[in-house]
Amino acid sequence: MADNTPAGSTTDGAIQVGGPRQPIDARVSAPASYDVADFPVPHGREEEWRFTPLARLRGLQDGTAATDGAGVKVDISAPEGVTVETVGRDDARLGRAGKPVDRVAAQAYSSFEEASVVSVPKETVLTEPVRISVHGEGGVAFGHQVVELGAFAEAVVVIDHTGDATLAANVEYVIGDGAKLTVVSVQDWDRTAVHAGQHTALVGRDASFKSVIVTFGGDLVRLHPRVVYGAPGGEAELYGLYFTDNGQHHEHRLFVDHDTPHCRSNVAYKGALQGQDAHAVWIGDVLIRAEAEGTDTYELNRNLVLTDGARVDSVPNLEIETGEIVGAGHASATGRFEDEQLFYLMARGIPEQEARRLVVRGFFAELVQQIGIPDLEERLIAKIEAELEASVA
Amino acid sequence: MATLEIHDLHVSVEAENGPREILRGVDLTVKQGETHAIMGPNGSGKSTLAYSLAGHPKYTITGGTVTLDGEDVLEMSVDERARAGVFLAMQYPVEVPGVSVSNFLRTSATAVRGEAPKLRTWVKEVKEAMERLQMDPSFAERNVNEGFSGGEKKRHEILQLELLKPKIAILDETDSGLDVDALRIVSEGVNRVRETGEVGTLLITHYTRILRYIKPDFVHVFANGRVVESGGAELADKLENEGYEAYVKGGVSL
Repeated sequence: MADNTPAGSTTDGAIQVGGPRQPIDARVSAPASYDVADFPVPHGREEEWRFTPLARLRGLQDGTAATDGAGVKVDISAPEGVTVETVGRDDARLGRAGKPVDRVAAQAYSSFEEASVVSVPKETVLTEPVRISVHGEGGVAFGHQVVELGAFAEAVVVIDHTGDATLAANVEYVIGDGAKLTVVSVQDWDRTAVHAGQHTALVGRDASFKSVIVTFGGDLVRLHPRVVYGAPGGEAELYGLYFTDNGQHHEHRLFVDHDTPHCRSNVAYKGALQGQDAHAVWIGDVLIRAEAEGTDTYELNRNLVLTDGARVDSVPNLEIETGEIVGAGHASATGRFEDEQLFYLMARGIPEQEARRLVVRGFFAELVQQIGIPDLEERLIAKIEAELEASVA
Repeated sequence: MATLEIHDLHVSVEAENGPREILRGVDLTVKQGETHAIMGPNGSGKSTLAYSLAGHPKYTITGGTVTLDGEDVLEMSVDERARAGVFLAMQYPVEVPGVSVSNFLRTSATAVRGEAPKLRTWVKEVKEAMERLQMDPSFAERNVNEGFSGGEKKRHEILQLELLKPKIAILDETDSGLDVDALRIVSEGVNRVRETGEVGTLLITHYTRILRYIKPDFVHVFANGRVVESGGAELADKLENEGYEAYVKGGVSL
């Protein structure tokens, strides 16, 4: 498949079994912290920053970005039974899922003035989603949101990011025992927006967390979806879909921390790229700690490069500190558009543009089908169609 | 009556040390209702002929003409050829992940027929065609060629042949890799289409086995990139007994 790999792409991977006790977070240049002052200003050669064009972060990384009033407008609509609160920095419910792991996330944590807390009481099963709209109004903003589910509660949360902003914001999911949370975060920003942040889930005993990250828009989007388990029996499914056009930078840096026995995780991210200097970065770190016996994990990243000039960096990384596991695996592949598929479809009379659309739709369809929310699936397919209209024409 | 005329066709592929000529002056005329078997040893250029007629971009036409009812086929794009009535059943059908067979068939039929088939009659048409090929209905919901066995892939090709009703059907080693049962089912499918009298068939094969099920009107021996001998069905018997040695001897066998 060597000739199938676009110039400039990397598909590095590593499985480390045992070895010196060095947690995967050694990848980052400073320990996790709530305080931005604990992180040096990145210069771009650090492991966790080497793929990111720092200049395009507009000062989120070095403290020069300042709120100017015209930040983002957050609207939350929730079905009955759900509590939505706006709280100050000292609220005890903030910061429970985990500490910020890089300087921008810490900047967000150190700078937000108010946070939103969405609480679904125990045993409450929602039939309608909670909708969080984050609309950029052109300025700089720092944000923080907490979604917490009591024991055996079930909820779907949809976070929509639209408009233009320079936003650093973190989201925490605190999932009670036996609860089920599905979160869909759609980055449908204007082409000029910059968005960085960390989405951290703390998964309770026998709880399930499903995350769907959908990134289409923005100039630069850099997210850290992270999962930690609070007790055994937890399950996490992390799905992602990105469509990166010319000049866009989309970076998803996942970390699943198996620090608890008998938990499962499944990661599947798929992206399509088109146009000059479209750049997608996918980092998939999974750590199975010595105490996490009975872990079952798999992660996958697939990229489809539609045109010349695009670049993908895909780095799956699995570190295993115990052999007493059910399964662990990873896969990453980046390929060009398959001319043979195109030929096959065209040889059946299907015009080229339509054949291309079929293939790309098909590429994403397998992932979209796993989301399990029909109206969202339709919306995603429609969005993919729109991206394709813009591209293949 | 539809006629495919191939005249002095020369085709090259790009090789490491420059272009390499594979077809060296092919002449062949196939009329609606006729069945021509093209037989030849490995590397003689049989599949190159099939893919060149369908318009695969890997092959460069360096000389000659191909017309369908006087229309220049070589000027047409791949999809235009298919819509004009040229069908290639492939030796190695391609997987298309995430695209279901039913979606694929309908998209294809819409393109070839120039309008979307009416849903009710279409569903029935597909169902019946699948039954005749002994394909399970669940097949329609699977992704195109993904995880198909060799026999399933070939049945799927013949299903398309039955649904798209081309003027000229090129079957590229449709028999390869099939067990006897699958070969019989696939051959019956081809014969159903042939019996309509509306298709000219170009049956490309390495073995005479399939000719027990599909009786050709003409047999052509292909060697070194051209037709070296033509005859009736009896020529196949000669090949069965004597093999291809006489044609590749002394040979520039490719």
